[in-house]
Amino acid sequence: MLAEAIFFSAVLFTIGVIGVLTRRNAIIIFMCVELMLNAVNLSFVAFARAYGVAGQIFVFFVMTVAAAEAAVGLAIIIALFRHKQTVNLQNINLLRG
Amino acid sequence: MLLQHEVSAVGHPLAGTVAEWLWLLPLLPLLGFVINGLLSLVPATVLGPGDPDIAHGAEGAHGEAGHGVAVHAHDSADDHGAHGDDHHRVVRHRFAWLTSIVGPAVLAVAFGLAVAIFLAMRGVGEMSAPFVQRYFSWMPAGSLRIDAAFQLDQLSMVMILVITGVGTLIHLFSVGYMQDDPGYPRYFAYLNLFVAFMLVLVLGASYPVLFVGWEGVGLCSYLLIGFWFSEKANADAGKKAFIVNRIGDFGLLIAMFLLFANLGALDFVGVNEAATRLTFGGPLVTAICLFMFLGCTGKSAQIPLYIWLPDAMAGPTPVSALIHAATMVTAGVYLIARSSVLFSMAPVAGLTVTVIGALTAIFAATIGLKQWDIKKVLAYSTVSQLGYMFIGVGSGAYVAGIFHLVTHAFFKALLFLGSGSVIFAMHAAYHHTGSHEDAQDMRNMGGLSRYMRVTWVLMWIATLAIAGVPFFAGFFSKDEILGSVFLRARESTLADASWLGIPGSSVLYAAYALGLAAALLTAIYMTRMMLYTFHGPNRTGEKERDHLGEAPWIMTGPLVVLGVLSLFGGWLNLPALTSFLGPVGALDRWLEPVVGESARRVTSGVAPEPAHNVELALVGSAVAIALLGIIIAAVRLKPARLVPKAQAPEEHGIERVLANKYYVDEAYDRVVVEPTVGISRGVLWKGIDQGIIDSVFVNGSARLARGVASLGSWIQSGQVGTYAWVLVIGVLAVLGAFTIR
Amino acid sequence: MEHYPLFYTFHFYLFGLVAVASAILFVTRRSPVSAAMWLVSTMFSLAALYVMLDAPFIGVIQVLVYAGAIMVVFLFVIMLLNLGQASEIADVRSQGWRLAAGLVGLALLAEIFALTRSSSVSGLTLAPGTAARAVNDAGAVGMVAGPLFTTYLLPFEITSVLLLAAIVGSVMIGKQRRAADAR
Repeated sequence: MLAEAIFFSAVLFTIGVIGVLTRRNAIIIFMCVELMLNAVNLSFVAFARAYGVAGQIFVFFVMTVAAAEAAVGLAIIIALFRHKQTVNLQNINLLRG
Repeated sequence: MLLQHEVSAVGHPLAGTVAEWLWLLPLLPLLGFVINGLLSLVPATVLGPGDPDIAHGAEGAHGEAGHGVAVHAHDSADDHGAHGDDHHRVVRHRFAWLTSIVGPAVLAVAFGLAVAIFLAMRGVGEMSAPFVQRYFSWMPAGSLRIDAAFQLDQLSMVMILVITGVGTLIHLFSVGYMQDDPGYPRYFAYLNLFVAFMLVLVLGASYPVLFVGWEGVGLCSYLLIGFWFSEKANADAGKKAFIVNRIGDFGLLIAMFLLFANLGALDFVGVNEAATRLTFGGPLVTAICLFMFLGCTGKSAQIPLYIWLPDAMAGPTPVSALIHAATMVTAGVYLIARSSVLFSMAPVAGLTVTVIGALTAIFAATIGLKQWDIKKVLAYSTVSQLGYMFIGVGSGAYVAGIFHLVTHAFFKALLFLGSGSVIFAMHAAYHHTGSHEDAQDMRNMGGLSRYMRVTWVLMWIATLAIAGVPFFAGFFSKDEILGSVFLRARESTLADASWLGIPGSSVLYAAYALGLAAALLTAIYMTRMMLYTFHGPNRTGEKERDHLGEAPWIMTGPLVVLGVLSLFGGWLNLPALTSFLGPVGALDRWLEPVVGESARRVTSGVAPEPAHNVELALVGSAVAIALLGIIIAAVRLKPARLVPKAQAPEEHGIERVLANKYYVDEAYDRVVVEPTVGISRGVLWKGIDQGIIDSVFVNGSARLARGVASLGSWIQSGQVGTYAWVLVIGVLAVLGAFTIR
Repeated sequence: MEHYPLFYTFHFYLFGLVAVASAILFVTRRSPVSAAMWLVSTMFSLAALYVMLDAPFIGVIQVLVYAGAIMVVFLFVIMLLNLGQASEIADVRSQGWRLAAGLVGLALLAEIFALTRSSSVSGLTLAPGTAARAVNDAGAVGMVAGPLFTTYLLPFEITSVLLLAAIVGSVMIGKQRRAADAR
């Protein structure tokens, strides 16, 4: 089932990428990034079955980081929304050079 | 090769003697430089009458040491207005007493050490190889290996004794002369530094080390000529000396490059060894010698680069005595004597040196005839005498050249210091009455013998010495040079060579004739200077006359010592003719290991022993010429008819040409300076600098940076979406690269 | 080649396809809330796949942490900000951008497949059923806990620091600024 799992993982990852590229809502883009993380987790689990349990440990760490990232990221989005009254990234260009 | 040197130094007879302390010689004056240099950072205090507020203002404006206030107007006081009321204030430095001790003391100790080393050299007897001391490897680069090394041999010993000996006397004189100058410690710092570099110059064991000293003395010369730099003329004179010397230094550098490229060595031992393998009279050795001589014409003020030396009189008079008469300007003579092996291999170069020396001698002497500034007379006299030295070393009479160098150091230092003493008295007199007359113009002097008897007597001794009156120092040395040229014109490798198509012997005879003529002129202009300065009626002024007087003992003391040396300096190298006076040819024997072989190569191995009657004729003609010159001057010149400078009539005809130094400065201005400035301004500045460098490189690079930056700024839109696109495309590219692989 | 029963294979493909379909719906929904709900669906399907891939503990964690905690926080924020209004709906890029994104996605897929096809690490492959036996021997939790508290103890402790930092950071960032602080 390794090949199939990798196939699904790749497809999910690509969907996440397309989501990031086509949407402008910060929360949606954030969720797309979560989807990409999940896609990678799937391949990690599949590899763990084939090559050893270390893959599962990785998934564990990825989840931890994702949780932390979600907390901080959502806090940033809230702060941004307070400041700009929008989460549409087209209207946010604070980093413009 | 290197190991051999070390071994030879270890096995050298001087090893383990006081000569091991060689390095201390330049270090002592350097120590004096450091101490006096530090003292010069302390501002001068204002003593005596005068509004202290103004003085402080002046100090503040000039930042340090208050040397902006040129209190001592010893400089060529052509424009007195600039001094204004500062004239009447005495500004003595707070630490002048310390400088007065340190400055001369380091020199005195160095002289003591030099004497000790000399005695050690005498003690070891025959010394054929130089005593080389390596201190560290200075420039190891590929096959180029230059050590910081000193070399002691008979030639450098002579130079060391002259530099430290005469230097000590001049330092002592300076104590009296410069004490009341606000920049007194600075003056001594420069003077000490000069001596340190001069010792490096004569002690260096290789051309690069010599060059360090060569450039160092040039720097000190520049600093001291422009010592009273608050007046533009003085600063300009310093610049002129520096720039003209650069032209010469370029020649010396090229000579060194050629030496290294063709001989593979730059240390004197190595070069002398390798030089004998060169083709005799070949183009290479001739080129090396000619380039080296170009350096000498700059440093030793020969045609065509002599023009800086008369202007260098803008510096304090003791500086003129030490640097521009006794030591630094003789560096060129030393260099040729040091490179005697090379020059003896190149007859054409030797003839060139002789010709230039002879032309300079006569040319400068004619200018000296009509100068009114007492220091200018001495300056042209120095140029002329340096010409004599080059006649000597050029024609292969290296010992004669060095001999004249030594005696000239004695009597010219005496003349300069004597003139300094005169100027000191004149200046003090004008200072008392607040007059702004020229303290250096001989038309303002006259009859000074009544007021300054010591100076008067000593100056006459020096004048007789330089004129070549028998048994004074200059007589022996000048006579030896002229005699050598005459003999070498009859038979030598120089006489066999041809110079620009002219047979060498004719060239040498011409040089001899010019030398004789210059001797006549020397006697005339020196007597003229003495007559106008010390004899006849006094023209200083009614009120000023009462304030004329002899200088303090600290200044007359060194004069007396130099007077004795000018009297007996000839005993260093007595000719065979005067064997009744003492041992003959002491300097000849002393310098034999250094230049003997080269001198013999020039004279084709035969010792130039002239027939007795020929020698008598030579000496007789020289003496006759000298006496004739003095008599002509005494008879023709009427000091009583002179009027003070302010009322002097304009000169006409040849007099005017001579007074204006043949308009050489003006000609150089027209031919060299103005085109250079024009090209620099029109092409280099407006065209290349502004047109190309500024617009293309300076502003162009700025525009390029701004363009790139605005592109980067445009890319940084701040849109996260755009960044994500760029990122993904980058990921695609990287993955694609892996896929294709 | 390991053999799988049809029942297993069928459900594997089923959950895989559900995950993909939910993901497609997730990126195409305009409303953030429905998008989030479809993402939760994807995550549930993934949890099922984890269990089928002999990682039951990870599957449970997936449901608890991802589908449970994280997605709930997302929904909270969406509702807190009152998104889903008309002004926020028009967040999808234009047709041309979507087409370009599709092409980029296809290219990315192609590259990933090309890479997974070309490289294999057969030498490291475990014998079939090793993971399943480990679950039986050490238990679903023990299988992960063993290495986590031995080999990976230091990274594990560091994650606790990371989480602490994230908590402090998110509190500080998300805190409502008082007027005095704003100045």
